[in-house]
Amino acid sequence: MTSFREFFNGILKQNPVFIQVLGLCPALAVSTSIDNAIGMGAATIFVLLMANLIVSLIRKQVPKKIRIPIFIVIIASFVTIASLVMQAFFPPIYKSLGIYVPLIVVNCVILGRAEAFASKNSPIKSIMDGLGMGIGFTLALLLISVIREFFGTGALKFFGTTILSTSIEPAMLFILAPGALLVMGLLLALFSQIRKKKYETTCCDVK
Amino acid sequence: MENLLAIIIGAIFVNNFILSRFLGLCPFFGVSKKTKPAIGMGISVIFVMTLASIVTWLAYNLILVPLSLQYLHIIVFILIIATLVQFVEIFLKKVNPVLYKSLGIYLPLITTNCAILGLALLNVQESYSFIAALVFGISAGIGFTLALLLMSGVRERLELSKVPKAFEGLPIAFIVASLMSMAFIAFSGMIQ
Repeated sequence: MTSFREFFNGILKQNPVFIQVLGLCPALAVSTSIDNAIGMGAATIFVLLMANLIVSLIRKQVPKKIRIPIFIVIIASFVTIASLVMQAFFPPIYKSLGIYVPLIVVNCVILGRAEAFASKNSPIKSIMDGLGMGIGFTLALLLISVIREFFGTGALKFFGTTILSTSIEPAMLFILAPGALLVMGLLLALFSQIRKKKYETTCCDVK
Repeated sequence: MENLLAIIIGAIFVNNFILSRFLGLCPFFGVSKKTKPAIGMGISVIFVMTLASIVTWLAYNLILVPLSLQYLHIIVFILIIATLVQFVEIFLKKVNPVLYKSLGIYLPLITTNCAILGLALLNVQESYSFIAALVFGISAGIGFTLALLLMSGVRERLELSKVPKAFEGLPIAFIVASLMSMAFIAFSGMIQ
């Protein structure tokens, strides 16, 4: 029962994108449409889940000094699997995600969870953590992509079916690169206001 | 010749790695608070990107393609990049300790920098020749440094200006990056 805490932790309290500000590259690059967000989210959940499980299973055998290269190879193997499966069964999504599918390897959320959580906790807990973080990441991606798709195209589409359409003049800007940065900046400001906490740092800060 | 020019302009301005492809956003926001570290990071990135572009191109075209092992490219690339960064670190420490002291702290950050892996993947996707990959590597590094330097200049001034409370720190940096990205879109007419 206690592992439910790990699960919900990743979705809200420790949301990888909006609280920890990790995994920015995929979050901004592929959030142009709901379909892309779901494709990227599903691939990330799979890799996060499997990498967490394997890292947790071998955590007692891994020598401390070479743990990072080992984690990276495990993650890269699952990313390869995910990318081959997507290429075979979902070619349109694979094509529109492009190089961002292989780039899941360097998503700091995944290596971060392997290092900070899975290498110290039991497999069951690690699976729950991976699922929670993955779903949290996907929900964040969905939120950004709904805003961008709605204002950028004037309609919301879900795998071909239109679920919402308006007559407002679409602002191309939101689909383009500046729109992603603008939406992310505004959302962070909103969350900063709600949490009464400043966002200062990302994962790669240099003092 | 014209082709190479298109690659250079494309990598520096039109498809800038940070502002239009979103590769390397973490170090972009992490290191752009002051100009001095931004320069150090920029130089390290140009250096590693050029090396990585050459080595991954050679590994892909001389080893993976003849053995038809292309599906292994993700694992091979990330291992090459990690080893390369480690190697550069050891080499620099031995040969030029002064330079190591000023650039050394940025090198570990570069391993997990998606810009480097992205560069290797783009070389494959565009099936660039060796010379094109070399030029692409250098100009992508220059584009990265340009965006980083511009951003650090703006952020140094932001420190002194009054910003709405909710926007302090990262949110305003995103808004600034968005405006910069808008400016860079204007370059898109330069190449087809």
